[in-house]
Amino acid sequence: DSELEPIPPPQLAEPGTQGIIRGRDLFGYVGIEAVLDQMRRKTMKAGFEFNIMVVGQSGLGKSTLVNTLFKSKVSRKSCTPSYEEKISRTVHLKSVSHIIEEKGVKMRLTVIDTPGFGDQINNENCWDPIVKYINEQYEKYLTEELHITRKRRIPDTRVHCCVYFLPATGHRLRPIDVEFMKRLGKIVSIVPVIAKADTLTMDERLDFKQRIRQDLQASGIRVYPQKEYDEDVEDRIRNDKIRENIPFAVVGTDKEHQVNGNKVLGRKTKWGIIEVENVAHCEFANLRDLLVRSHLQDLKDVTHYIHYETYRVRRLNESNASVSGLSALPLENGITEKYEAQSQL
Amino acid sequence: GMDAIMLQEKLVERLLCARGRTMRQKVDKQYVGFATLPNQVHRKSVKKGFDFTLMVAGESGLGKSTLVNSLFLTDLYKDRKLLNAEERISQTVEITKHTVDIEEKGVKLKLTIVDTPGFGDAVNNNECWKPITDYIDQQFEQYFRDESGLNRKNILDNRVHCCLYFIPPFGHGLRPVDVEFMKALHERVNIIALIAKADCLTPNETKKLKDRVRDEIERFGIKVYQFPECDSDEDEEFKQMDKELKECTPFAVIGSNTVVEARGQRVRGRLYPWGIVEVENQSHCDFVKLRNMLIRSHMHDLKDVTCDVHYENYRAHCIQQMTSKLAQDNRMDSSIPILPLPTPDAETERLIKMKDEELKRMQEMLEKMQQQMHEKDQ
Repeated sequence: DSELEPIPPPQLAEPGTQGIIRGRDLFGYVGIEAVLDQMRRKTMKAGFEFNIMVVGQSGLGKSTLVNTLFKSKVSRKSCTPSYEEKISRTVHLKSVSHIIEEKGVKMRLTVIDTPGFGDQINNENCWDPIVKYINEQYEKYLTEELHITRKRRIPDTRVHCCVYFLPATGHRLRPIDVEFMKRLGKIVSIVPVIAKADTLTMDERLDFKQRIRQDLQASGIRVYPQKEYDEDVEDRIRNDKIRENIPFAVVGTDKEHQVNGNKVLGRKTKWGIIEVENVAHCEFANLRDLLVRSHLQDLKDVTHYIHYETYRVRRLNESNASVSGLSALPLENGITEKYEAQSQL
Repeated sequence: GMDAIMLQEKLVERLLCARGRTMRQKVDKQYVGFATLPNQVHRKSVKKGFDFTLMVAGESGLGKSTLVNSLFLTDLYKDRKLLNAEERISQTVEITKHTVDIEEKGVKLKLTIVDTPGFGDAVNNNECWKPITDYIDQQFEQYFRDESGLNRKNILDNRVHCCLYFIPPFGHGLRPVDVEFMKALHERVNIIALIAKADCLTPNETKKLKDRVRDEIERFGIKVYQFPECDSDEDEEFKQMDKELKECTPFAVIGSNTVVEARGQRVRGRLYPWGIVEVENQSHCDFVKLRNMLIRSHMHDLKDVTCDVHYENYRAHCIQQMTSKLAQDNRMDSSIPILPLPTPDAETERLIKMKDEELKRMQEMLEKMQQQMHEKDQ
């Protein structure tokens, strides 16, 4: 014999949770978390893009660091120390793309190098070509987005992260550092690092970092992860820990040595081997974890939802304001300052 | 530092392990570690949650509400009053929306059901689909405005991701109103055709009806939702399931709001003197296939096709209309910001012209078919 009973209406868990039907109240199981699987499959198929820019004077180990980060020769230089390069007269940007794969996840990594930055006698405005490049990528994306027939996936050449190399002087930020980061911090996520940190003792390192953090705050420079973009308490706790430790002091190399029977990446000196991936020696692993293992997607999101949107709004306002038509050029730094000056009137 | 990352990875593992598949990303020293990328993306999605808008359409009494309740294990319609015949004479086609938040294993889904009471119920049903196409277009327009606006932080996506269209099992295939409705909607929304109340059909009758409906859908050029092709690197089990799914359409469904005892278990079903129909018994009906397809395997693709195909078509059409109107009026007072794009080149213009001509041809074909059907009826 069988019984007929109407299904009871879903019990609301507590007052104040009106309208939310919890899994345990349902008779059975709908299976909605399978959507995660579907998304995963799709994103794995499509692959990921990541564009990282490195900025700093010649000889600070930018290319080496990027190669070490991604364990492949992805930057424009090989790592052989005998490689000599003439210091170029102007800052010109070089971008190199590679597709790297790991455990079925494909990534199109683009490294944008900025040789010539800060190398001249007079370095005024050496950041201009960099600002121009970044804005050009935003403009490219915007044009695609506004097109009548759009691509399903707009190719993303926007700079997701700008790693800024500070020489390990042990003192403070230099004027060029402040000038650069002030301007760029408004349009891209900057991750400052202390380069070639094997000349600093642990104490010197701590003091140096503290002074840098003070300088950053005093100059109103916002570096990644920016406090105002923390989405919730969980993010804030996670990112506070990072903010208390930046800039990371890094050492890079592609050479391997034997230490205690293991092969490690390191720099061999007469007084010992500096193990790059040993957190007791330097913070390379922390930087790698931040950039690649935990915050890579977040870097892209901040670029897309915040920096790019800011650019877009300014651009659209500009185009609406002009009656006769639109300038064909993307926003330049000068215009930004002009807008700021005007808004203070 | 490191423990925050481990915590995040643990959280994602816990969530993804629910399906019994180990997706452990053991990131050790040998790897760079960007294989955690899918997990990073997921973490954000789990925090944000998903949303899905499902429309149901078909005449009254075909079991739409019951099916929706069965699919999502809800009771959305418990306060509904059925109108009597006289009240229904003057009823027009309405659009009603119900939203419910469902949470399962930490994943949040905001489900919106768009219902179309009154569709096909009147004596004269000419263009009874117009309120429905208008509704779909309005959601597209709203999204287009929001997307083109200056503040894009919290855009609400009310676009309809899928429309379940209920075909009565009593007839011999598609009726004129079925054809007209689906043709009016197939370029605006993903249509999934269902054979309703399939418990009045024997297995043979079901097969015959399905074959006939599939055949007519193709003949009339109705573009129902197509399941995407299986990847070549999927496992055999998945490919087999996918094949069975495709061969089973249109799904013959049965829904139930009641629980019965059958074969020692409590199941959703319908009790008849001659036996018990179990909704989730795959030999009784295709309910499980529909639910799995809609929720467990193709929800994301339905949303993608809505965004990448139907919405983009609407948007392109909209922009073209706007730019041609602006050219006529010679004014730039559109509220939707657009960069004045260069006039389309010869190639684009040729494509636009081709599409227009194709649309015109389809229109003529439809008119001819309509005429044929009228003649057949007489």
